[in-house]
Amino acid sequence: MTDTRDITVTINGKTHEASVETRTHLGDFVRQQLGLTGTHLGCEHGVCGACTVLVDGDAVRSCLMLAVQANGREVTTVEGLAESRTKLHPVQEAFWKHHGLQCGFCTPGMMISIVAFLKENPDPTEAEVREAISGNICRCTGYQNIVAAALDAAAVMKQGG
Amino acid sequence: MKPGPFTYHDPGTVAEVVALLASHEDAKLLAGGQSLMPMMNMRFVVPDHVIDLNTVGELAGIAADGDALTIGAMTRQRDIRASDEVAAKLPLAVEALGWVGHFQTRNRGTIGGSLSHLDPAAELPLVAAACDAVLTVAGPDGNREVPIAEWPLAYMMPSLAPDEVLTSIRLPVWSEPHGSAFVEFARRHGDFAIVSVAAMLAVSGGKITRAVIAIGGADTAPIRLRDTEAALVGAEANAATFAEAGAAAKKIEAMSDAYVSSAYRQRLAGGGV
Repeated sequence: MTDTRDITVTINGKTHEASVETRTHLGDFVRQQLGLTGTHLGCEHGVCGACTVLVDGDAVRSCLMLAVQANGREVTTVEGLAESRTKLHPVQEAFWKHHGLQCGFCTPGMMISIVAFLKENPDPTEAEVREAISGNICRCTGYQNIVAAALDAAAVMKQGG
Repeated sequence: MKPGPFTYHDPGTVAEVVALLASHEDAKLLAGGQSLMPMMNMRFVVPDHVIDLNTVGELAGIAADGDALTIGAMTRQRDIRASDEVAAKLPLAVEALGWVGHFQTRNRGTIGGSLSHLDPAAELPLVAAACDAVLTVAGPDGNREVPIAEWPLAYMMPSLAPDEVLTSIRLPVWSEPHGSAFVEFARRHGDFAIVSVAAMLAVSGGKITRAVIAIGGADTAPIRLRDTEAALVGAEANAATFAEAGAAAKKIEAMSDAYVSSAYRQRLAGGGV
């Protein structure tokens, strides 16, 4: 017997109505049912942080939340960060400028986490940035450049960039 | 990878939760999901029914009365950490929450979930132990109150029957001015603690008037150093006294596992105190 529910979720500003199997987690839902494959699934048990998305503005692990729990909420995935096809989010811009990625697998989760973190801590120290991304694992160990990108993005965003 | 099939329930009240628990076998309560969801994703846990507590609004909130904070079981860790009331009355909890997972997991994780999951290394059960918390549990026969000392029955097993739900946690706060500290040793920030220590101390005229020392991660549940606490009261608040308390902490019974020996946990406990 398959247990399903109809849900309405706003993803990156667009409202989606869908029928979901209740055991489907939010990460699988955005990837498989909506085709938004920017959200990466790594460990699927809440350790790696690759699947981080914003739910009502707060960063959460999409593998640890059921899609049905996102009913009526607003979700932002990495696809929703850029203002337009030609204007990146300042955090994305900073990742590009500082080469804050190598293989790119952790990048969506890193950027979502940093966007949420900078919203609450617009002027962080390097140590605070490192703690903020401690729940996102980069196995290329590109942390130096990721931290540099986060700090640069903070500076740019403070100037209204 | 995703959970095995289950039937999902989204009750709106505690009464509905209790009714669902009474009428469904093999049901699991889903709080913040930061422990249960990994276990379901890995299919260590394959319940027939999942009862979501996130839709039960009455379970979330922080209320302060004269001498205690009462925190609803579904209050998120991030909201407790950000609460001015908690910061003013129980700074120990705010400090401890800085060690709980990562900000992304604290956005979902709840105090009731932490206490019901009862990981030996978890920070919030340690805070509850340090405060002599009283937990309220709802079941088919109404509510009952459980002192934190009687809450852990065994390793990761709280005094919670299959037809019961933890609804709130009452944390008595100290009326006298006091200092508190929460220290933890883990291999990486946000990892499970190998050993953590919570302490509260009140001092008047250079002498200790009240002391609490609780140690997490060392045994199957948080432990209180009651003898050391008693010995501290009346002693001079100085380095020699604290060194003695640290030496006493090294004598605790500590677990040994594949990664960490009991002697190392004892050493950490001593250093932490």
